[in-house]
Amino acid sequence: MEKKKKIAPFVVIILCLILWELVVRIGQIPIYVLPAPTKIIASLVTDFSNYMSHSLVTVFEALVGMLIAFLLAIALGILMDAIPIVRESIYPILVVSQTVPVIVLSPILIIYLGFGYAPKILTVVLMCFFPIVVNFSDGLSVIDEGYKNLIMTYGGSKWQLYKIAKIPSAMISLMSGLKVAATYSISGAVVGEWIASQQGLGYYLIRAKNNYAMDKVFGCVLMIILLSLLMNALVSAFGWMATPGKRIKK
Amino acid sequence: MENVNKLSVSGLDFSYGDKKILQDLSFDVKAGEFVSILGPSGCGKSTLLNILAGILKVERGEVCIEGQKVEGVNPHFAYMPQNDLLLPWKTILDNVCLYSEIHGNKKEVKALAAEQMKRFGLEGYENSFPSELSGGMRQRAAFLRTTLCDADIYLLDEPFGALDVITRNDLQDWLVKLCRDLNKTILLVTHDTDEAIYLSDRILILGRPGEGIRQEIRIEEKDRSREWLYDQGKLRGEIYNIIKQKASL
Repeated sequence: MEKKKKIAPFVVIILCLILWELVVRIGQIPIYVLPAPTKIIASLVTDFSNYMSHSLVTVFEALVGMLIAFLLAIALGILMDAIPIVRESIYPILVVSQTVPVIVLSPILIIYLGFGYAPKILTVVLMCFFPIVVNFSDGLSVIDEGYKNLIMTYGGSKWQLYKIAKIPSAMISLMSGLKVAATYSISGAVVGEWIASQQGLGYYLIRAKNNYAMDKVFGCVLMIILLSLLMNALVSAFGWMATPGKRIKK
Repeated sequence: MENVNKLSVSGLDFSYGDKKILQDLSFDVKAGEFVSILGPSGCGKSTLLNILAGILKVERGEVCIEGQKVEGVNPHFAYMPQNDLLLPWKTILDNVCLYSEIHGNKKEVKALAAEQMKRFGLEGYENSFPSELSGGMRQRAAFLRTTLCDADIYLLDEPFGALDVITRNDLQDWLVKLCRDLNKTILLVTHDTDEAIYLSDRILILGRPGEGIRQEIRIEEKDRSREWLYDQGKLRGEIYNIIKQKASL
């Protein structure tokens, strides 16, 4: 039964792909309107080196952006938890800031930061920072009072309280934030590349679209999905290593 | 040493808002003595331990250790709350070494802790996580963590309260033997009259909030067993009547 549940989504995907292939072939839909799945796979194989070189750029921007967002979120999360006035003054601004669509900010970032990696990385930071900091900060604030009292009665300092109890107990919440951020990270880099760039999957996607090479456009979309899943898997692996107690089944 | 007052509490006052919990509470505990504090819910038993552990601040009164006044968190007390509070992401060995981790001597204490695991019935579980242990084993781990604190007075706040009757009885049997070897001053808060009779040298019965200690009962028997405990019906009834009288006043 458990095995069937796991297989079910893959069966649905394969059925959809077969249906898609049949519609394109029977309807003789031209490739510049809708490419068949087999054509998309063929483009991925024949144009593999191009996809790979552009993907590496996008992954680099996503990873650096994620790392910066992660470090900033950890620092601000601890600061907000340790000093209530910081949380009260910054948290509402963080929430409101999420109403600003990052795609609108991208052209402004290019004006200020040029055409290099910086505006793309900053786009990733802007997209990833919020889910990490909010989840981490919430995780820090919900620790059982008993742990705080225990460490306090053992003579522990405020930093030791964070190191021994608060940060490890917030790891599950932090992982939830990181998983959301991981899926945003590739999209963030691609959005940054759309506006002005000469490399990366976003750039390649726009170039393919301008040439009506829809098989390559869909190929880029597929690569973006795969890379987002890869980022998610990396975060899950990090989470597995960082929460040893949670690996044990009760 | 037996007659020296290890702990002296005098004139303690404490309130939660307008509600007086402790008023002019005074008592002494001798070195090596096992004292249980019994009383109805809300009479301030756990509050008293929280004050001694430094978690709560008193409004008036003082706590002295061997005649020296102490305030706030201090190294004389090792506090064990009702929940085991083992950190789920740490192994049992790392958990029991928590105090030494905080004070920077984990390496030396870890070796001692590893030796003590057998005595506490935790042999073979050094590298297990708390979620892999039963409730009784977790409490034993929490008690080992308490004994590895560099403190001479243990404050036990209903340590077996959350366990089933069989496990609780097993742990009481284990503790009664262990206490003879530990030779520590222990203050136990409990709801369980049998637990208090079985483990203590002396029982302090608290009354309603703000009323202080109503009665003190000394248990002279040194050679305790379950059979001996079953025969303490008269004492049990006496304690029950004192608590009931206090609660209904």
